[in-house]
Amino acid sequence: MGLLSKKDAKLITDPLADNNPITIQVLGICSALAITAQLKASIVMALSVMAVLAIGNVVISLMRNIIPSKIRIIVQLVVVAALVIIVDQVLKAFSYELSKTLSVFVGLIITNCIIMGRFEAFALANGPWKSFLDGIGNAAGYGLILVIVGFFRELLGSGTLLGFPVLGDPIEKTGLYAIGYENNGFMLLSPMALIVVGIIIWVQRSRNKALIED
Amino acid sequence: MGLKSSLHNLKEKYKGSKMAPAFNAIHTFLYLPNETTHGGTHIKVADDLKRTMNIVIMSLIPCLIFGMFNAGYQHHLALGEIGRATSFFDATFWNWDNLVIGLWKILPLVIVSYGVGLAIEFVFAIIKKHEVEEGYLVTGMLVPLIVPIDIPLWMLAVAVAFGVVIGKEVFGGTGMNILNPALTIRAFLFFAYPTWMSGDKVWVEGAVARDKAIMAGQNLDAISGETVLGALAQGKEVAYSTWDMFMGFIPGSVGETSALLILLGGLFLIFTKIGSWRIMLSSVVGALAMGLIFNWVVSSGWITESSKFYGLMSTVWWHHLVIGGFAFGTVFMATDPVTASQTNKGKWIYGFLIGFVSILIRVFNPAYPEGVMLAILLMNVFAPTIDHYVVQGNVKRRMKRLKVKTA
Repeated sequence: MGLLSKKDAKLITDPLADNNPITIQVLGICSALAITAQLKASIVMALSVMAVLAIGNVVISLMRNIIPSKIRIIVQLVVVAALVIIVDQVLKAFSYELSKTLSVFVGLIITNCIIMGRFEAFALANGPWKSFLDGIGNAAGYGLILVIVGFFRELLGSGTLLGFPVLGDPIEKTGLYAIGYENNGFMLLSPMALIVVGIIIWVQRSRNKALIED
Repeated sequence: MGLKSSLHNLKEKYKGSKMAPAFNAIHTFLYLPNETTHGGTHIKVADDLKRTMNIVIMSLIPCLIFGMFNAGYQHHLALGEIGRATSFFDATFWNWDNLVIGLWKILPLVIVSYGVGLAIEFVFAIIKKHEVEEGYLVTGMLVPLIVPIDIPLWMLAVAVAFGVVIGKEVFGGTGMNILNPALTIRAFLFFAYPTWMSGDKVWVEGAVARDKAIMAGQNLDAISGETVLGALAQGKEVAYSTWDMFMGFIPGSVGETSALLILLGGLFLIFTKIGSWRIMLSSVVGALAMGLIFNWVVSSGWITESSKFYGLMSTVWWHHLVIGGFAFGTVFMATDPVTASQTNKGKWIYGFLIGFVSILIRVFNPAYPEGVMLAILLMNVFAPTIDHYVVQGNVKRRMKRLKVKTA
């Protein structure tokens, strides 16, 4: 690969599958359950986390040698809080409806375990470029699961994808609804998101036995 | 060559192959297996898993047959074609006309339930290379009995697939599940398709179709098939006598209306020592206790008729036993040996809390008038915790005794 060395590429590809933050490390579950009822919200959430995590990783990595280790958590919180507020304001400015759907969960990116986890585990010990790639990779791994869960929940729960009715009109009874199909209301409830994440974890581990711990 | 020996030959032929568990399952299901267990010490007893399951199914058969007659009876009654049945052996209830509707509507439910459930069991047995277990036999019979008669078959199929995979197979199959699979299936239906699991249309055959015809502009009377619980939750007058409720001449899920036949099934389970009398008894005690508390709250004037809880709270305390699915859940679901508490003291606590919480949910959450389903699922989760503390308590008591003796 010309652009990235093999090692650097691994920083991005690893969190997508074998070291996925959600399915392997089981971090960031709260937002994965809360906002995945719609695919659009999932995508926006994934992009927001990617922006915060990539930039935050770089900032922390640049400051890693001057942060006193005793107060490093507070410094990390300040960085992530500042970034989250910027993301929140951008969303409010350019996509108000969506920011209302995501409501408090944009603000709660601050408490997303993945972000603090990557700051602690990676950015404090690596240079800015590597940290940037790590941030992109982990956020992409997180986003991938969010999009998969959001896809199934919106398709089966509301019969739409990104707001477009793909299965027909449930009120006018067209498409699939004409033959008696109905939306699955359970899909819109958070417990079902947990079950969908569980099924992804199940499928992933049965395909790759090395991931199974006792 | 008879069926038994040809099955046996087939089994030998496919031994060790991928499909072996499927052939073994058919063989074991129809006949006593002609092999013994290998290795280890074993106790020889007659009541294997298959026989246990069959006894539970036998105790469910009266409810199923009653449900078939009731399906037709409620249909004709709602249309105003027949009068109310007055005694248990009334011919307006036990007649061919009613049974035909019941067979037509309920046999498909049974077939879908068994077909989908067993198919998944077979697939998992082949993938995981273990024998097909008999665990689904009872679940497959319970499921058609606890759903509304008009439930679309594809919904039932989806729910059964979900319940068997998520409720049972992910935990490792029969005997390893935390939640009762039949109730998992019902809970899935309830949350996924609430319009088909509640309201006043789905409990009587033909009410939904009639509703659609009216919407389309036909001049017909709507059929109302409100359950007793539904009517009480809305503070309406109940149109059925207590005797009707006990006999089961009321709308409701297919097999759970007749408290009388459930009682008989329960006695049969206790007599054959399959079901735990401790759980059944303590659950009834718990329900009665909660009923008495609510009656007391009403009689001391804390709740007036303007309250939305008044209808169910002022229900005579022991009526809770014969309305809704409480009796069915207590006798056939709470006693599931896999998901219930294992210790005797634990069974008392487990059962009591099921009864107690059932009535609590029933009264305080009119959106979920059938509290027994949620109460049993909740207590399923807590059953291991109850057992843990019972066992630890026993250990502590004996340790104390030991210390007193040695001191």
